Amino acid sequence: MERILSLQDVRFTYTPDDPDGRYAVDGVSFDMQAGEWIAVVGHNGSGKSTLARLMIGLLFPQEGTVGLFGDPLTEDNLWEKRSQMGMVFQNPDNQFVGATVQDDVAFALENNGIPFEEMTLRVQGALKQVKMDSFLDHEPQHLSGGQKQRVAIAGALALRPRLLILDEATSMLDPQGREEVIRVILDLRERTGLSVISITHDLEEALLADRVVVMNGGRKFAEGTPQEVFLKGEALTALGLDLPFAMRLSSLLGEQGIHTEPGTMTERKLVEQLWTLRSNR
Amino acid sequence: MMEKMVFGRYIPGDSFVHRLDPRSKLIFVFIFIAAVFLANNTVSYALLLAFTLFSILASKVRIGFLIGGLKPVMFLIAFTFLLHIFFTKEGDLLFQLGFLKIYEEGLRQGIYISIRFLVLVLMTSLLTLTTSPISITDGLEVLLNPLKKVKFPVHELALMMSISLRFIPTLMDETDKILKAQLARGSDISSGTMKERIQAVVPLLVPLFVSAFKRAEDLAVAMEVRGYRGGEGRTRYRQLKWDWRDTTALLILLAVIVALWFLRG
Repeated sequence: MERILSLQDVRFTYTPDDPDGRYAVDGVSFDMQAGEWIAVVGHNGSGKSTLARLMIGLLFPQEGTVGLFGDPLTEDNLWEKRSQMGMVFQNPDNQFVGATVQDDVAFALENNGIPFEEMTLRVQGALKQVKMDSFLDHEPQHLSGGQKQRVAIAGALALRPRLLILDEATSMLDPQGREEVIRVILDLRERTGLSVISITHDLEEALLADRVVVMNGGRKFAEGTPQEVFLKGEALTALGLDLPFAMRLSSLLGEQGIHTEPGTMTERKLVEQLWTLRSNR
Repeated sequence: MMEKMVFGRYIPGDSFVHRLDPRSKLIFVFIFIAAVFLANNTVSYALLLAFTLFSILASKVRIGFLIGGLKPVMFLIAFTFLLHIFFTKEGDLLFQLGFLKIYEEGLRQGIYISIRFLVLVLMTSLLTLTTSPISITDGLEVLLNPLKKVKFPVHELALMMSISLRFIPTLMDETDKILKAQLARGSDISSGTMKERIQAVVPLLVPLFVSAFKRAEDLAVAMEVRGYRGGEGRTRYRQLKWDWRDTTALLILLAVIVALWFLRG
């Protein structure tokens, strides 16, 4: 397995001149293999967005190294590394550069000097992947938030990235838009095995990941599969994170004397346990 | 108010004029503006007017729509017309009412200048009506390209223009939202004296500016992440195609200019 991303003891502060300054990211290390989906969760100010910016070289750490695709990220290889990754931000409006959907998807291609003929193919292909290929000439103001985010994903995909970073990409969307975006990501992962890092505070979204990294106060609080991480239950709520709905419900049921298996994360599993509850007795 | 504005609005269509390359349309309009000043007698002005009407017909834009949109400019045209009528005192006296004297030359100059005005406004409106703002930007970028030699930031300017155009609807929506939010807090911008109304706009503008700066910052970051490093080494997704229509349009214009040259007194 190829290592796509590796953070080693990364420390970063926005106030390097202040000796008492707080580190926004304080000694974080983790590795990511090709094809993985890692969710980075944490409440506001936990350093998760700063972490995303460190990964794509918008910020450089004061200590430690950020390794991308095998080499440490430096000022010199910054643009070359960036051309192999895509990032989707929170606000759907503020990352739409082009006048129409196809212009926006082509923006990163233009920047990287891809020839015209190749560009038209890639724009079409990328839009098809996010199921927006019938919206080529639409202007951003006539698209919903979810559609704009899908266009933003297409804009990243057009570059054929090896790593896609979603920085709270679903947090400003309505439930339907969120659903659309998540379905697109799942579909992409299934077909292309794209590596994804999603920075989120939506734990339902984190459940879908292969691995979850919980951030708190700039440090890594926990890391593991969603099952391992969410078993910490109380400790996570203490950090200001919400547990997935199914877990909250099963713990409330537990108080009422209805015991479900520990580690029931998804609604479907919970429903299954509840309707078979009697027959198991 | 915005719906009625014709100047600067784009109406999609599929006419001969719509299909012209933005470059040829821009060149056409600039040359035409200069050519208008060649006309100096009745025949040449008639030719200008006829040619403008011909262009409008070729664009299939409804004449009624164009005229309707000219209302704000009509006032200006009427004003210059009256100025010429009353202040040119040459030729035969045509009409006298008390101290008002209208001379033949005044009437003629008034009509000429009005036609000149009308023709200029109609042609430039036609350009913006049949060309999307983004195409105009593309055309300008290519046409101004030679200026890069003297370090004029052509690409940056074009990108700024296209981003501003892209954000106009977004910021309009935002203004509307802020307006409603302030109205809900009891702000009132539709009544009171002029001074009060201007003061009431301040709580509208401040949040709008704050959010515009925030958006600009987000956009800059998003552009950087997507590999934007200025115009160097960039390819273009929007391709401009010069075809027989463009050559024809410019040849027709050339013919009109030659005719104007011979017809002028």
